[in-house]
Amino acid sequence: MSFTLNFPVPAVDQVGVDERASQFTKRSIKNEAKRVGLKMAVSMMDLTTLEGADSKGKVSYLCRKARRPMAERYECPPCAAICVYPNQVAHAVAELEGSGIPVASVATGFPSGQYPLEIRLADVRDAVNSGAAEIDMVISRGAFLEGEYGRVSDEIAAVKEACGESHLKVIFETGELQTYDNVRLVSQLAIEAGADFIKTSTGKVSPAATLPVTLLLVETVRDHFLATGKKVGVKPAGGIRTAKEALQYLVMVKETIGDDWLTPELFRFGASSLLGDVELQLAKLVDGNYQSSDYFSKG
Amino acid sequence: MSDLNFGSAFDYAPAPETTPVSMRKKYELFIDGKFVPPKAGKYFQSVNPATGKRHARIANGDAGDVDAAVKSARRAYEKVWGPMAPAERGKYLFRIARIVQEKSRELAIIESIDGGKPIKESRDVDLPLVAAHFFYYAGWADKLEYAFPGRTPKPVGVAGQIIPWNFPLLMAAWKIAPALACGNTVVLKPAETTSVTAMHLAEIFQEAGLPDGVVNIVTGAGETGNALVEHPGIDKIAFTGSTAVGKRIAKSVAASGKRLTLELGGKAANLVFEDAPIEQAVEGVINGIYFNQGHVCCAGSRLLIQESIHDEFVARLERRIETLRVGDPLDKNTDIGAINSKAQLGRITELVGSGIDEGATLHEPGCSLPEEGFWFKPSFFTGVTSSHRIAREEIFGPVLSVLTFRTPAEAIARANDTCYGLSAGIWTDKGSKIFAMADQLKAGVIWANTFNKFDPTSPFGGFKESGFGREGGLQGLAPYLKF
Repeated sequence: MSFTLNFPVPAVDQVGVDERASQFTKRSIKNEAKRVGLKMAVSMMDLTTLEGADSKGKVSYLCRKARRPMAERYECPPCAAICVYPNQVAHAVAELEGSGIPVASVATGFPSGQYPLEIRLADVRDAVNSGAAEIDMVISRGAFLEGEYGRVSDEIAAVKEACGESHLKVIFETGELQTYDNVRLVSQLAIEAGADFIKTSTGKVSPAATLPVTLLLVETVRDHFLATGKKVGVKPAGGIRTAKEALQYLVMVKETIGDDWLTPELFRFGASSLLGDVELQLAKLVDGNYQSSDYFSKG
Repeated sequence: MSDLNFGSAFDYAPAPETTPVSMRKKYELFIDGKFVPPKAGKYFQSVNPATGKRHARIANGDAGDVDAAVKSARRAYEKVWGPMAPAERGKYLFRIARIVQEKSRELAIIESIDGGKPIKESRDVDLPLVAAHFFYYAGWADKLEYAFPGRTPKPVGVAGQIIPWNFPLLMAAWKIAPALACGNTVVLKPAETTSVTAMHLAEIFQEAGLPDGVVNIVTGAGETGNALVEHPGIDKIAFTGSTAVGKRIAKSVAASGKRLTLELGGKAANLVFEDAPIEQAVEGVINGIYFNQGHVCCAGSRLLIQESIHDEFVARLERRIETLRVGDPLDKNTDIGAINSKAQLGRITELVGSGIDEGATLHEPGCSLPEEGFWFKPSFFTGVTSSHRIAREEIFGPVLSVLTFRTPAEAIARANDTCYGLSAGIWTDKGSKIFAMADQLKAGVIWANTFNKFDPTSPFGGFKESGFGREGGLQGLAPYLKF
């Protein structure tokens, strides 16, 4: 219990955080701003499938979608990455060859993380050896809630080491940590332990990503950057289903941490169903009218 | 040192509010339920502060018009409104509240055009509160005995009400709703620069079928207000505005038998302790001073920051003001609109000049301001001392003065070191400290870990030169009743 942060976190007032987050939802994003924002959102998307039923066919399907989300004339960029379970990594890497799109793999006993550390580290090494350029680990929420912050920190550091050259995203499952003070603390803890990205949720627990929780992550990253110059990425994941919500996240990033984070290098959306609505909105901007959702692929 | 880059990677396109509104070129007086031209036939120009251009002519009521309005109010009080069953009076207020809600978008747009405040605020703060005040006091109309148990409340008579330009409709609602709920009739004088929405409110009174003469509205400048204050047919004066005018009114009504409530200026302190939720405190300070361009009597215009976190907090404020969007009040993304009038811009500029002369350091964002109209950058001063004019006088603009303290006792001493006492804010994660501080602050409204929160159920009013009497809540009924 003698764990200390290099940069202690300030207190968080929940009412104030929620209020601030709601201000971002009041911005009116229209015309050119909307077009820029929607394309940015696609370019930041980790297109995700994390089901027991995932097959090679499903993963191939997703990879093709990530390469070219929409017809040429919409000038829609490719997605940022594909996010799959470790068993699908090798197949996804082969499917995406030549596209420049990296494969992210969840690991460390995703989504619960309730496995012995050695097994979780083996999980990571396996995914990396299969070609995963990015590893999305889960922290031990049990340990965190027990107050074993040092253990959580040490585990993140161990996973970071196991990642080698691969980028490490650390998933907190904020829906289980619950309080905003916990979110702020775990964010700083993960950054100091070596996270390249901090990520809200697995998508398996509700609530997943919310605007206020993601704001806390962004503020932590910003304060750490201002103190040290180190840039850490942020990834809200799960629960973001509409283009409108995605734009609200971008507004929040722009007004909290500035333009430097409006890039897939430092901001990602973890989403499986968001792309469909973004496509619909983007097509509306290009074609001038909304089309039936029948015109957009569902997968 | 690395810093943030608030550039143009994802610029917001203009998003102007486009709902059509029915503004007129000329507005008359509202007396005895009808729109009537001023007796002397004089009008003055209302200016859109975002363009500096004239956009409507407003009737300039004189003593004769005020006399007609007071007589109409007296008639209505004696013949209709006074004798009416309280529950019936309540129904009218409920009806007014509902119509305000129905027309709230249009009213918000007109409020922004006429006064310069951002549509975001008139739409999300002013108008919802206007409706809420009518709803709230409608509920009290037939329950006054329960508000004052064991006493027999009776209306006062005819109330003369003079309101300021910073929240034109909201201040009208604050004044009119409790007065009518208590059975009084009203002569209202809006501020010279923001008369338009009051006349649209008059239309709503007509639509609601409010009996003639229950509310009369006489537009005009200081002389019109003076005529109202000195009219012998007035039983009560309620004034919101500057301390200087409030003092003159107090002298004028002294020994006249007229009741008086004053809601005047402020120089509120926002106390930020080192254990505060810093990020939220920054937002609270920003909201406290830049809300409505700082044209707020309870604005948190003095930031008292614990010395140990001064530099860090100032750095955060500097970054934050870079992201405030100043410009077209009708753009939905505008955070800070236009300064209400040329005269007010002059006062702000003069006081800011005095701050620089007295040696304080001005911090401004890099934003550009529109070329036409009246604008001021959201700014703040550091290196301020309690003796500086910018620490003592109400700037009533988007300019914050930052001072420091070392201990809670010093925080209290500096916070109370002012002739005003309207509001204060306390920022700390420690609940016991909130109560200890609040006990010692001489201010009518004290917010903890938030700022500028208004609700019709909560009384509002000041200590010392911020005035006397309370508006809002059960306490807001008392000035309009005799027992």
